Amino acid sequence: MNYRSPIPARTRTRTTDHVLELRGISKRFGAVRALSEVDLDVYGGEVVAIVGDNGAGKSTLVKILSGVHPQDSGTIKFEGTAVSIPTPTAARDLGIETVYQDLSLCDNLDVVSNLWLGRELRTGGRLDEVEMEQRSWMLLRELSARIPSVRVPVAALSGGQRQTVAIARSLIGNPRVVILDEPTAALGVAQTAEVLNLIERLRERGLGVILISHNIADVLAVADRVVVLRLGRNGGEFRVADTTSEMIIAAITGASDLAARRGPTPLRSA
Amino acid sequence: MTVDRAPLDASDERGLLPEGIRAAAGNLVARIRGGDLGAAPVIAGLLLIWIVFQLLNPNFLSSTNLVNLTMQSAALGTSAIGVVLVLLLGEIDISVGSVSGLASAILAVGYVQMGLPIALVIVAALATGALIGLAFGLLRTRFGVPSFIITLAGLLAILGFQLFVLGKTGSINIPFDSWIVQFGQQWFLPPWASYSLLGVSVLLFAVSQYSNSRRRDAAGLNSTSTMLIVVRSVVLLVVLGVAIWYLNLTRGVGAMFALFISLAVVMHFVLTRTRWGRSVYAVGGNVEAARRAGIRVNRVYISVFMLCSMFAALGGVFAAARLAAANQGSGGADANLTAIAAAVIGGTSLFGGRGSAFSAVLGILVIMSITSGLTLINPDSSIRYVITGAVLLFAVVIDSLSRRSRAAAGRA
Repeated sequence: MNYRSPIPARTRTRTTDHVLELRGISKRFGAVRALSEVDLDVYGGEVVAIVGDNGAGKSTLVKILSGVHPQDSGTIKFEGTAVSIPTPTAARDLGIETVYQDLSLCDNLDVVSNLWLGRELRTGGRLDEVEMEQRSWMLLRELSARIPSVRVPVAALSGGQRQTVAIARSLIGNPRVVILDEPTAALGVAQTAEVLNLIERLRERGLGVILISHNIADVLAVADRVVVLRLGRNGGEFRVADTTSEMIIAAITGASDLAARRGPTPLRSA
Repeated sequence: MTVDRAPLDASDERGLLPEGIRAAAGNLVARIRGGDLGAAPVIAGLLLIWIVFQLLNPNFLSSTNLVNLTMQSAALGTSAIGVVLVLLLGEIDISVGSVSGLASAILAVGYVQMGLPIALVIVAALATGALIGLAFGLLRTRFGVPSFIITLAGLLAILGFQLFVLGKTGSINIPFDSWIVQFGQQWFLPPWASYSLLGVSVLLFAVSQYSNSRRRDAAGLNSTSTMLIVVRSVVLLVVLGVAIWYLNLTRGVGAMFALFISLAVVMHFVLTRTRWGRSVYAVGGNVEAARRAGIRVNRVYISVFMLCSMFAALGGVFAAARLAAANQGSGGADANLTAIAAAVIGGTSLFGGRGSAFSAVLGILVIMSITSGLTLINPDSSIRYVITGAVLLFAVVIDSLSRRSRAAAGRA
């Protein structure tokens, strides 16, 4: 369960590796229909961006996947088997890790402590700091992450480095899917580039990456597929290779539902 | 992916690795400048207090007085260890005085009036503490009531229990020949025992540092040089050795004080080397992050409140042993806030997530030094309260300022 090898453990063929399959997911909060009949597929070794306006249902979808709220109806298949995700721990045990927007790091603890928080390695009841530090360095090196020291409090790191730590932490449990909620919000240009590189590393490791973002440029830079949510429904799905930001924006705003449907190679339309 | 043999942590050219003693000293200076003060201001303050009082009254630093000082520190210091734990979570427990008063009362009534064996009564007192802590923890986690209010209510209610347990007598003396009073007043480690205890402790310290350093070497991480370990061990040996030698000039190291120090060492180990300790710091740093990391936050809260009240109860047992009595005033008056003040003065942050079990030791030594020094100069207690209050305020200001400069230096 714990991260061990510096070599990617996944040897399965990519893209045919159907990790997550969501069908007909609906969720209401009181009178508000947050999601209705939403479908989503995630494959290993692929970055799927979920985009949409505020209130489009991105966060709700992520919360269903990370076990914060269960869905009202619809099925979730994980690696081909139907699963329910009632709690965050259940999501994590399945192999779905979420990197929250506010990072969830403990500023007073150092990088190693944050990486292993809740999953500390022990020898004879005591924390095995040496092993944890060694594996932290191996993981960070593998991600080509630039962290000056793993023994400084996380508060001493820059925004990009903190995001790196948060993402690296999600890998400690050797997950199949990593959900990144707005990873580049509030980052500078160089730091954003660093984080986007990191996302590509995750894809190289064969992970399914779900990227929630408002920033279309970042999405186009790193995603393979873009799923648009609009008013709680699927608003179109595009391959990044043959789409433009205009088309995505049109789908987000609903300016041209027709265009989205007739656009070049829509994989599936609402 | 190739793994070259360069130390793993030296692979980033921007990394700052301390090497050798000079670098270690430089690191310390940089840390203090960055607002990561550690124990430095407390130790400096303690030395300053000692110098001032020694100048005002040459008896202050006499071995007799210092032995007394250590004996007076043990009871409240033990309560302060519990307060450190609660403060690490960013919570507070202002009922420690009442809990220790209740424990004193249980000891006296159970042993003297009911004739039960002392060990049994002590267990009962500790169990009472645990129950009280459990109640605080449940109230805190189930209803989310601020711990200040819970423990304020606890302070009053438990004081009521204390008066109830003591009954009409009001004050109960514990016989001098009982082992608990002997332990609190008369038992001192014989010199050979105190020196060998010191020797064994320093040896253990050196061995664990050395083996850790070897493991880090083997794992390809930067390690503490053997020279630095030797220097640290020798400094520790000399400083503590001189202190023990000086106390041994008269009565020596009290058994109760030795137990108090051992408890602080044990708690330090638990806080820094176990998963539970790590989760205490994590919850104090960012509760939400801890929860998301899968830490059972409620259990951490409850266990910490239980431990705090148990330490308070043990402190009450120590206080009764020291006084050979329990009365309606036990654990009252300033005892309550002194334990909290000790933890804060010792360098545990009121904001949570930062501090050490040793701050209870340092803090209580500061407070007891002030008390003892002022008593030597002028037995009037009015000025004592004012000065202790001023020192507490000073400590909290230092805490706030260092928090600010940590933020500026990026050390949070």
